[in-house]
Amino acid sequence: MPKLTKELLDTYKTPASPETGYIKVGMNTCGISAGAQKIYDAFVHKVKEKNIPIEIKKCGCLGMCHAEPLIEVKIGGKPSVLYGRLDREKALSLLENKSLPEFLVEESPGQKKIVLRNCGVIDPERIEDYLEKQGYQAIKKSIFELGPEKTIEEIKKSGLRGRGGAGFPTWRKWKSTRESESSDDNHHGRFIICNGDEGDPGAYMDRSVLEGDPHSVIEGMMIAGYAIGSSTGYFYIRAEYPLAVERIRKAIAQCYRYGLLGKNILQSDFNFDLETRLGAGAFVCGEETALIASIEGRRGYPRPRPPYPSVKGLWGKPTAINNVETLANVPYIILNGGENYSRIGTGQSRGTKVFALTGKIMNSGLAEVPMGMTLREIIYKIGGGIANNKEFKAVQTGGPSGGIISKDHLDTPISYESLQELGSIMGSGGMIVMDEDDCAVDVAKFFMKFCFDESCGKCAPCRIGTAQALKILEKITGGNGRREDLDNLKRICHAMQKASLCGLGQTAPNPLLSSLRNFEDEYLEHIEDKICRAGRCRELMKRPE
Amino acid sequence: MIHARINGIRVEVEEGTTVLDAAKKVNVKIPTLCKHPDLPPTAACGICMVQLKGTDKMIRSCCTEITEGMDIITLTPEIVEVRKTVLELILSNHPNACLTCARNQNCELQSLAAEFGIKEELFGKILKNLEIDDSIKTIVLEPQKCIKCGRCIQACQEMQNVWALSFAGRGLDTRIAPAADFTLVESPCVSCGQCAAYCPVGAIYVYDDTAKVWGALNDPSKHCVVQIAPAVRVAIGESFGMESGELKTGKLYTLLRRMGFQAVFDTNFGADVTIVEEATEFVKRLTKGGGVLPLISSCCPAWVDFMEKFHPDMIPNFSTCKSPHEILAALAKTYYALQLNIPPSSIFMVSIMPCIAKKFEIHRSREMFVSGYQDVNVSITTRELVRMIKQTGIDFSSLPDSEPDHMLADYSGGGTIFGVTGGVMEAALRSISSFLTGKPLGNIGLNDVRGLKGVKEARIKVGDYTLNVAVAHGLGNVEYVINKIRNAREKGEEPPYHFIEVMACPGGCIGGGGQPRNINDEVRRLRINGLYTDDSHCKYRDCHDNPQVKRLYAEFLGEYGSKKSYDILHTYYRHRKEYKSYRETEFLGESE
Repeated sequence: MPKLTKELLDTYKTPASPETGYIKVGMNTCGISAGAQKIYDAFVHKVKEKNIPIEIKKCGCLGMCHAEPLIEVKIGGKPSVLYGRLDREKALSLLENKSLPEFLVEESPGQKKIVLRNCGVIDPERIEDYLEKQGYQAIKKSIFELGPEKTIEEIKKSGLRGRGGAGFPTWRKWKSTRESESSDDNHHGRFIICNGDEGDPGAYMDRSVLEGDPHSVIEGMMIAGYAIGSSTGYFYIRAEYPLAVERIRKAIAQCYRYGLLGKNILQSDFNFDLETRLGAGAFVCGEETALIASIEGRRGYPRPRPPYPSVKGLWGKPTAINNVETLANVPYIILNGGENYSRIGTGQSRGTKVFALTGKIMNSGLAEVPMGMTLREIIYKIGGGIANNKEFKAVQTGGPSGGIISKDHLDTPISYESLQELGSIMGSGGMIVMDEDDCAVDVAKFFMKFCFDESCGKCAPCRIGTAQALKILEKITGGNGRREDLDNLKRICHAMQKASLCGLGQTAPNPLLSSLRNFEDEYLEHIEDKICRAGRCRELMKRPE
Repeated sequence: MIHARINGIRVEVEEGTTVLDAAKKVNVKIPTLCKHPDLPPTAACGICMVQLKGTDKMIRSCCTEITEGMDIITLTPEIVEVRKTVLELILSNHPNACLTCARNQNCELQSLAAEFGIKEELFGKILKNLEIDDSIKTIVLEPQKCIKCGRCIQACQEMQNVWALSFAGRGLDTRIAPAADFTLVESPCVSCGQCAAYCPVGAIYVYDDTAKVWGALNDPSKHCVVQIAPAVRVAIGESFGMESGELKTGKLYTLLRRMGFQAVFDTNFGADVTIVEEATEFVKRLTKGGGVLPLISSCCPAWVDFMEKFHPDMIPNFSTCKSPHEILAALAKTYYALQLNIPPSSIFMVSIMPCIAKKFEIHRSREMFVSGYQDVNVSITTRELVRMIKQTGIDFSSLPDSEPDHMLADYSGGGTIFGVTGGVMEAALRSISSFLTGKPLGNIGLNDVRGLKGVKEARIKVGDYTLNVAVAHGLGNVEYVINKIRNAREKGEEPPYHFIEVMACPGGCIGGGGQPRNINDEVRRLRINGLYTDDSHCKYRDCHDNPQVKRLYAEFLGEYGSKKSYDILHTYYRHRKEYKSYRETEFLGESE
């Protein structure tokens, strides 16, 4: 395989495939667990056996979890169509040019795909597919046209903020890492880490991107590494994502073969190496200082900041840590210009955001939308509304660090700022939709249990605070609540917010506090009337209809 | 310099100062729990929260560096509320066992609860039954009382480089334990006891041997004798409201007699004998090729244990001399027993030590039973003695001074400075100089080996020899010295040193794990000065000049380093496993 040069990359074209038509099978974890592998194998077998001139391809995930396994069919000169929820036999009948109108599905309208631009489109295991989609043109542009400072400038213009939770401006992280003094200005002077330790319940956009378009994240890492002056990057991916790890490793190996990683990339003097590190499943290791400790081989404990990792990070060297989704945005921004990107979005929240819609929603799945879209549009237009004709009750955003938003705020345009005002956060973009059958206290208990289980135990406010809060919530849902319990809950939450060492503990009270704010009457019903109107809390009576 | 404000008060401090230390400078007290002045902040507890003026964000003062122009508020109703809630949370995860706790009235959590005026428990208790680990019989681990401040782990891992303790479990299940849930006796623990010295609560404490001492004192068939280590005399006063470093030797002699001991000895005498033997050994190695150089001091049992576990290749370099308290005990049950015609079987020797590892040392090998019986029957720490004093009701501070039993108690200045880092080296060099040149060491204060620097190196001219020496204290500082020796050995070069002194505890024995608490460098300095003052007031400064030592050799042992000396006063070393199964924990047990 030839090492790619700048010139070769300019003229890169894969050999044109014969115009025979193709069938693509969505082969992310979601698809595979819905039976995609069997279908894919059957297609391959059948096509070979019967010598059918149809190309069978793999691709990532289109985000339509509700319709898995998902198959895209373009044969017989007809426009491509999507089929969902097919079993093996039905799928095979497609080869015989049958049409199955009852299984046709359509992508939800109103999306704007930047991060997910290649997901479900290309074969994630083929670098050639990515190269065809302007792959590695952005790093070329950074190296040969922009240089590090202007690369950062483009990101600044784009208004890109961290997609992992807190929404810190990406350019500032990079600039600070670039400008911080390092004790070693050679090969290991600075580091870039991709945080793929996605752990929020109900959030899986990072997995989807890593599985569906690994090269765009790798390219994002290269650009970040180039911009901050780093020549070593680490993918930190949770071990529960074996397919993501496999695809990233495969993609890294392809890059080395093409000379896109290693020494003198595209014959420039930019050297860059990538390695993968697996997280052992602790939620707290998504917190950047704990993540660093984990990579260093130490117990995954967070440490106080400052010093921030951009000043003192991995092995004491300046380190930029970016989330998967953030990095997947980067090549697009560099290629299309920061200004262009910044036209999407609202206020201080520019660009798109991928949301993972789950819960009582009709079309669960991933949706990438421009920021500023209202919750109502996302839930009803893209998500198709509430399942089973039930009444919408609330939506939980931002995972265990986020909050519960009631229907009064359905028309809020979504942005980092607006969600914060509502007592929630953007977080990684999980959206758990609740209907009338969900109990506000029970939901708060669920998230508190999650934080209790995931508290690392280093600092007292989080370690004991989550335990006490959970105990009180269990008391309330068990029918033994007392009014003063609410005061105690609020006091514990306040102390946790103020005195916890890291983001996990500081934000752990958010779901509870926001549910208490929005649904205090339900808490009081639980405590005083011993009633759970949703009927979720078994120790209590359901409110008579 | 950094200029900032704390509660409106201007403060000027050096760059890198924490908010907590800056506040101290202007006499603003911020309550703390997990922070210890000797150790880097662990940022665990969340008590020391303060606020940046104009924001609602709270920060930990223990680990936040103050920066130019910072405006810090340390006291608002909200801050107090947060601190108090955090404290209540900690208390809800801590048993209410104060009355029977090893740390009753001496517990940092208890004091804090009192300061915050906590009168009721609003949160229910969340407690798990966790087993007490007293397997090692030197320290006791009571994980249920642990507040996870992390100090013991810093002490064990970073300060002492032993790594016997670590965090196990996660979240609410976090606890301190040796790796893989070995028990302490199976773990690499060397019983230096620094973990116990830093524990703010009763989660790690000294194994209590006072009952054995009371038992012996109340047994008419026993002839109870006692010895006190050098470091005890400059620290015990702290427990009775006296200044650190004040010498309490005479009071201790009186006290011990009043407690019922029939003879009161002084470990300093044992130190004098140790030096005479060790200096003889050194001179033999230096001039007659009688063994390898550098010679490494062996009077610290935690260090000996550490070396046997982690650096067994250094065994040939070790001095074979026993530690002073073992030497004294061996002499008490041989020489003293002969002189007074008391059967050694009836002598009950108690040693009062700043040290926890001595509890291990008294049965570490056969040589500790040279009299035919366990030479030291019980070793108790300074803190245990304090408890015994309080039980007797004796008013320690008003005790008159008195004399010990001179035959095994009179000491030189060299003997008393055994309790400080560099002291063994200095005492040894004084005698080495005399042995080599026949003249005392000119400049008797060897400033280069004194002080609290972790590793002290010096080059000292003695007659025709230029001796390179190194002093390390705190086991974490040993590796540097050892590696230097190893590197030279591997390259076939001359060893970089002739003589090395190591003490496991920072500051030496005065900072021992069994000493009164609230240790920090200031306290260490005061105690060190106390012993140097004692040295300067001694009639004899050099160990071999001690007339009682001369008498001992003349009447009993013969020459320095004689066969008899070797039989009674020396010991041997072997490689010990870092981790072992319980069956392999080779305790010899008591002889009785």
